[in-house]
Parts: sequence; structure tokens; C-alpha cells
Amino acid sequence: MSAALSAQDISRALTRISHEILERNHGSSDITVLGIPTRGAHLAARIAAIMNAIEGKEIAHGTLDITLYRDDLRLRPPRTIMPTFIPPIGIQGRDVILIDDVLYSGRTIRAALDALGEVGRPRTVQLAVLVDRGHRQLPIRADFVGKNLPTSEKQSVKVSLTEIDGVDEVVIEGEAN
Amino acid sequence: MRHLLSINDLSATGAIGILDTATELARINDGQVKKLPTLRGRTIVNLFAEDSTRTRISFEAAAKRLSADVINFSAKGSSLSKGESLKDTAQTLQAMGADAVVIRHPASGAAQRLADLEWMSGSVINAGDGTHEHPSQALLDAFTIRKHLGKGASDLAGLRIAIVGDVLHSRVARSNVLLLSMLGADVVLIAPPTLLPVGVESWPATISYDFDSVIPNVDAIMMLRVQQERMTDLFFPNSREYSRYFGLNSERMSAMAKHAIVMHPGPMNRGLEIAADVADSARSVIVEQVTNGVNVRMAILYVLLAGGPLEVGSN
Repeated sequence: MSAALSAQDISRALTRISHEILERNHGSSDITVLGIPTRGAHLAARIAAIMNAIEGKEIAHGTLDITLYRDDLRLRPPRTIMPTFIPPIGIQGRDVILIDDVLYSGRTIRAALDALGEVGRPRTVQLAVLVDRGHRQLPIRADFVGKNLPTSEKQSVKVSLTEIDGVDEVVIEGEAN
Repeated sequence: MRHLLSINDLSATGAIGILDTATELARINDGQVKKLPTLRGRTIVNLFAEDSTRTRISFEAAAKRLSADVINFSAKGSSLSKGESLKDTAQTLQAMGADAVVIRHPASGAAQRLADLEWMSGSVINAGDGTHEHPSQALLDAFTIRKHLGKGASDLAGLRIAIVGDVLHSRVARSNVLLLSMLGADVVLIAPPTLLPVGVESWPATISYDFDSVIPNVDAIMMLRVQQERMTDLFFPNSREYSRYFGLNSERMSAMAKHAIVMHPGPMNRGLEIAADVADSARSVIVEQVTNGVNVRMAILYVLLAGGPLEVGSN
């Protein structure tokens, strides 16, 4: 099975997204980047590092676990709760950039918005994803997309990152129909 | 996992899963208490047929922080005091749609009976049954020990923990011996021979009758309450003698290792098993045990009630 995104594709997409985020927000001073564990957290760390290099100053970044806010908890075995780390500057009045690996039904992002509401009141919340595979079940869209990958609902999109999986790639698994 | 009746219901991985979940919940609750929507629409019944302060309010706080509805009922003021059987009570709870029952009962095995006989479809959580087990207390004790002495490890390997006092009547001691040894700690039981249960030599713990010789070599000392309400015989000559041989006073505390902590599950008999100045000293983590209890019980409720049939950690 060939990769839908190679390591180079991922690296270029993250660089472009980082530039787009900075362009849209007129710099980095009000930005707090929050990744949704597990893979979104690693992507957030990478995007923050790229933005650090571009801007020459430290970007506030952290992680936001949304497990306790999911609406599908009863449909699955109990999930392990992952770490939440809100940077000291917080999210109050800031431009929060949520980062996840794949945007699919939109339910994770709905849960993330609920979780954010418990932490504070950001000025804006923007969403950046590496892959948008369609099939939204809620009125949610991404502001920054690495790659749009049209898929069928029978397929699954597998994102691998070197931090956890030893390799950077995105693969679509399963038949299209 | 559907019920939590005994530490034996848990594997080491399962227990560590609960402790890790509690760690994350503690971090979320750090500073300000947050209401999480996780168990919204679930009903949890606290069925307390025996007196309790900490355990009941701890389970109640845990359930409420996860947005579950809580119904408290105690023996006094309910039909239990009119002699209603456990079965009829359970069927009443089932008819009201309880998703979980947290049960405290003076009879050993009451929680097991409630779970085994399938009188109700929800989860059963043992909050102390007679002199048998008190698994949530052991989990919060392990959590407290790991937090203070764990050095970042997920288990308790290499730690040495003394459990001192009325082991015979103590469900806390029984659950702790099982859990702490499962997590790799060395457990020493210290008690007068009259306050050790029959068969204690088969427990995964060593036994000592000499408190003073053990004190310098342990990382934590867990004092047990002398359970006078369960004592039908004379187990020791008088309380002054007990205190002298098995009580933790400031002199004994000064012989402890620098990093070692003092624990007590509460309620304390100040002046009997533990001196007041020891209980209030900087080494004492007794009040913190109560705080940790809420987070650990949230983790237990999360693991038992939040999801489907499989355990945390498996896919």
C-alpha cells in the first residue's frame, strides 16, 4: 500500500500550516497552540517548533486531552486518560490553535471545545489538522488543512509519526467501496 | 471489569491503570475543582449500612465531579434498620435504575453477594465489607505512596512499607497487603500476636512483633485504627500498654528515615495508636490521603462506568 503522504509531504504541510497560522494571526504573540493527544500533541510540538524558528521567540504550546468530554464513551471500552498541559500563560483572551492529526466526524473537536470552555475563554479558537478525510457529522470545519484526502467511510486513515511509530507517513487502509 | 469487590479483581496493570487515571484527574483538578461531564445521566447509589465519614463523602464528591447523580442512603433512617434484607434493598435499587452501588456493610462478603447473585444489573463497588476488604482505600494509599516515594516509577518496586496495629479487624490492612505486594513493595505487618488473623503467615508479607527494630528501615508507616467496636474479647491488657509497644509517638517518629512518611486511613484514635503531634507533623500525609481519595475514586468510577466491557490499557 502506497503512502498518501510521505515524510517529506508531512514536513512541507506542517511548515505551510505554521506560516498560514502566523499570517492569519499577524504573528505569534497571542497564540496558544494546543495538541489533542496522542498524535495531535506531537504535531502541535512540531508546529510550535517551526513557528519558534520563524518568529525567533517561544510559542506557548501544550496539550488538551478530551477523553472525559467525549460523547461516545459508552460505545467503546474505557479509554486511557492522556495528559493535559495548559501553558502558564493560559488561554484566556488568546488565539487558541487546536491541532489534531485527522479530522473525520468532528466529534473530537466538539469535545475539545467543551474541554476548552472549562479552562477559560479564548478570543478565537482555530483548528489545524494534518488530514481532512471528510464525512463530518457536525457543523465543524478546519481553518488549516495539511491535505484533503477523500475517503470512503469503510476505509481508515492511519497517521504514523516518528515520535511514536518510528516513521512519518499517512496511509489509507481498506478498499474504497 | 464490572465490579470492584477485592484487590484480587485487579491485575498489576489494571491497578496501575487506575493510579495513572487518578494522576491525570488530579492534574485536571489541580487548583480549581472542575465538573466533568463524563458520567452525566448515570445514577450511583451510596449504600452505607455502617458508619463512615471519609469514604462516603469521598465517593459522593467523586461521583458528583463526574456529573453522576448520587443517591445516599444509610442504614439509619432507611428500611435496613427495619430489617429489610440485602436482596430486597438491591431489587429496590435496580427498580430505580442504579448504574452502580457503592456498598459499605458490616458483614464480610456482602459486596460479593450483591454482585454474584445478580439482583441488579449495575456495578458493585466494595467500600468496606466487615473485616474483609476495602479496595478503594488500598488504591488511594498506593497512590499516596507512589506520589511521595515512587521516584517516577509506575509501580512500588523496592519500597518497604510497615502496616502497624489491629490487622485482625482491618479490611484496610488486608487490601493493602494484597495491592502493595502486587505492585512490588515489601510489606511488614507489626502487631501483637492477638491482633493478627489466623493464616496471616500465608499473606504476601513478613511479620514482626518488634516495632522499634523495623522503624528505621521502612519508607512508609501505615498506622491502623484499633477497632474497639469489633473487639469482643480482650486483645491486649490495656490501652496504655498497647500505646507503649505499638503506638507511633514522636520518639519513634524521630527514628524514621528522613524521607519516610506516616499514614493512617482514619478515623484516628489520637493518643492510642498515634500521638497527636505525630498525626499533625510534617511527615504525616493523613489529610492528603483524603484529597487523593477523591481522585482515586473518580478513577475507579471512570474505569467501571465510563465505557464498554474492556479494561483501560487494552485496545
